[in-house]
Amino acid sequence: MTETGKSRRLEALRRRLWALERAGRQSRVVLPFGLGPVDEVLPGRGLTLATLHEIAGAGGEEEDGAVAAAFLAGILARLKPGLSVLWCLGESDLYAPGLAALGLDPQRLIVARSRRTQEVLWAMEEGLRNRALAAVVGEIDTLSLPASRRLLLAAEASGVTGFALRRWHSDRRAAAQRLAPNAAQTRWRVAPLPGDVSAGEPGVGRPRWQVELWRCRGGVVGSWVMEACDATGHMSLVAAMADRSAAQPASRAG
Amino acid sequence: MPDRPFALALSVGNRRLVSAVNAAAEALGIAPGLPLADARALYPALAVAEADLAGDAAALRRLAQWCNRYSPWTAPHGVDGVFLDVTGCAHLRGGEASLVRDLVERLLRQGMACRAALAETAGAAWAVARCGGSDSTVVPPGAARQVIAPLPVVALRLDPALAGELERLGLRCIGDLYALPRATLAARFGDKVAERLDQALGAAAEPLLPLPPAPMRWTRRRFAEPIGTPEALMAAAHGLIQRLCRSLGDEMLGARKLVLSSHRVDGEVAEVTVGTARPSRDSHHLCRLFAERLGAIDPGLGVEDMLLAAPMVERLVAAQLRIALFPPEENDTFGKPESAREAAQAGGNIVIFPAGRSAARRLARALPADRDGVDAVELATLVDRLANRLGPHSVGRLAPRESHVPERAQRFAPLFAPAEGMWRSDRPRPIRLLPRPEPIEAMAPVPDDPPISFRWRRLQHRVCRADGPERICSEWWRGNEEEEALRDYYRVEDEAGRRFWLYRDGLYRPQAAPRWFLHGLFA
Repeated sequence: MTETGKSRRLEALRRRLWALERAGRQSRVVLPFGLGPVDEVLPGRGLTLATLHEIAGAGGEEEDGAVAAAFLAGILARLKPGLSVLWCLGESDLYAPGLAALGLDPQRLIVARSRRTQEVLWAMEEGLRNRALAAVVGEIDTLSLPASRRLLLAAEASGVTGFALRRWHSDRRAAAQRLAPNAAQTRWRVAPLPGDVSAGEPGVGRPRWQVELWRCRGGVVGSWVMEACDATGHMSLVAAMADRSAAQPASRAG
Repeated sequence: MPDRPFALALSVGNRRLVSAVNAAAEALGIAPGLPLADARALYPALAVAEADLAGDAAALRRLAQWCNRYSPWTAPHGVDGVFLDVTGCAHLRGGEASLVRDLVERLLRQGMACRAALAETAGAAWAVARCGGSDSTVVPPGAARQVIAPLPVVALRLDPALAGELERLGLRCIGDLYALPRATLAARFGDKVAERLDQALGAAAEPLLPLPPAPMRWTRRRFAEPIGTPEALMAAAHGLIQRLCRSLGDEMLGARKLVLSSHRVDGEVAEVTVGTARPSRDSHHLCRLFAERLGAIDPGLGVEDMLLAAPMVERLVAAQLRIALFPPEENDTFGKPESAREAAQAGGNIVIFPAGRSAARRLARALPADRDGVDAVELATLVDRLANRLGPHSVGRLAPRESHVPERAQRFAPLFAPAEGMWRSDRPRPIRLLPRPEPIEAMAPVPDDPPISFRWRRLQHRVCRADGPERICSEWWRGNEEEEALRDYYRVEDEAGRRFWLYRDGLYRPQAAPRWFLHGLFA
């Protein structure tokens, strides 16, 4: 058997296993990105709801998490727009006008603030058990496997989607935590890219991100160059630079 | 265990005596007063438990208190009796017969076997209840003399030895004593027999010592003129609550339930009931709870009398309780997140976030979208829990404020406050705004141009592209202390694509080095 054939079969088996694991739990509801190549690699052709996702910045951006937060805001803008979102902050630096520009109505946010990761995790879990929410976001530093597992179970039980927005306060912590395993169903890394200046206009162009899905249970990983969300939370792919998407075989990291 | 023989035992000196038995044990010949050993000889499998005299007395007292529903004048008697003086109360229950029937039925429903009698005197009622033929008897007025005549003399509340002596002399029933001359009776048996006889027949007075009534916590206010506006109702309720809280404080109690009865001019009574998750006597908190509900009161032509009662109170020992819902206004954008908790710890106060329905109502009003009430209640419980643990200042929402100054344009508002204002969207704004602008070392060779490089948090960034400036001045009405608050904001992008929001503080002055700050981060 060739190497690629083997990995393809392995992948098929993994998908079956994943489907078996999820049997009996809530039927899978997904939120499509509306971007073909991205949805294609995700199981169910979209971001699975009622589970836990991890979004982190990259390349020195982890501390502030501005790009990661914006990527997440775009997702939240399209996720059950009638319902509230609990956003658990570690640092009090979330700025609503910026969120509004990405399509996320700040009025939907319930903000809980705590400097302690333990408290944030607790608040996230409380939120994830509450069916009246659309999603729960937690800005957390340390996410252990058991802690993420708790969040995942709470999310699966209630149907609320959890997002762990990772923020590390030093490069050292980032290095230690970035690849640490956790139970998140997908793990994303979003890095800023220089803006689009092809139009030749002066000044800062339309922001671009390198969005990398580096871990996806039951799916394939990929990496794309996207243009930042518009005012309705929709992102768009930059066609010329859509590289490596779905081309490289799945590697189940973490 | 109604069918198995069962007895309560009591130690008297060094003997163990049976103090009470159930019907099955009684059928075996086991009676109170029998030594326990003898009782066990009669029936070896007898179930025995220790008698609790103090507990019995307390239970009897509670039973007497419970009887308050029929009359305010109740008194426990002996070890197993309760006297009720229902003079003037029977008509409230549809007459004497129905009062007695109601009493017996209610007690039976509670699993208590009882015998009840109603008569002109306490003595006659006691006699009929203990020795009469029926479980519930009403002795008609004037008939007591005939009704108790055939009863044994022990029914006169005589002690058994005296009763036995009377019986030995052939005076078996009360009627036999009627014929005897009073002097003979007193000479031979002492005053007791004559006294009891007189009491039973109503010839001697017998005062009952009633239980002190269970203190009812209430306060009341009558109005010179009927009131009807919501403000007036609230003000009146506020006064009542404060008064009640003061008196609860004197007794170290907190209310678990409050009932506000508004008596209307036309005789209707509107009641509003408020419950708290834990005892409280914080008038501020209780007022808030009532404020939610007072709208439901229809004052009609006016309310002339308001009564606030606390039917359910619990012990609440604390010098002072401060219950903070949310601060009325938090001025800075994010303030000190831990301030409430710190204050609570330092001052020893307890910060309690009111739970339950009131929060839900406010939430339902304040939050956007037409979600149904169940969701609102669920959200409110979540918010209650979060605020209870993280502190009330730590849970809320981001609310807009009319200001050009970025940090002032957003405030951290209570979740339940009504929404006001709009988010401005005409200018690019960052997604992260640093709580305090951070000074940076910037190189800006040309005045009024963005820097070509800057150092922030010990990292050097080279500016590749920039937008700006956007000049933001603080509002003129903020006064002189902010005269210098003029900022030129630039949106810059470094070589890695990170986008920052920088500003130069104040106007450019050739003689002074410009001060640069980093204020926010764009996506």
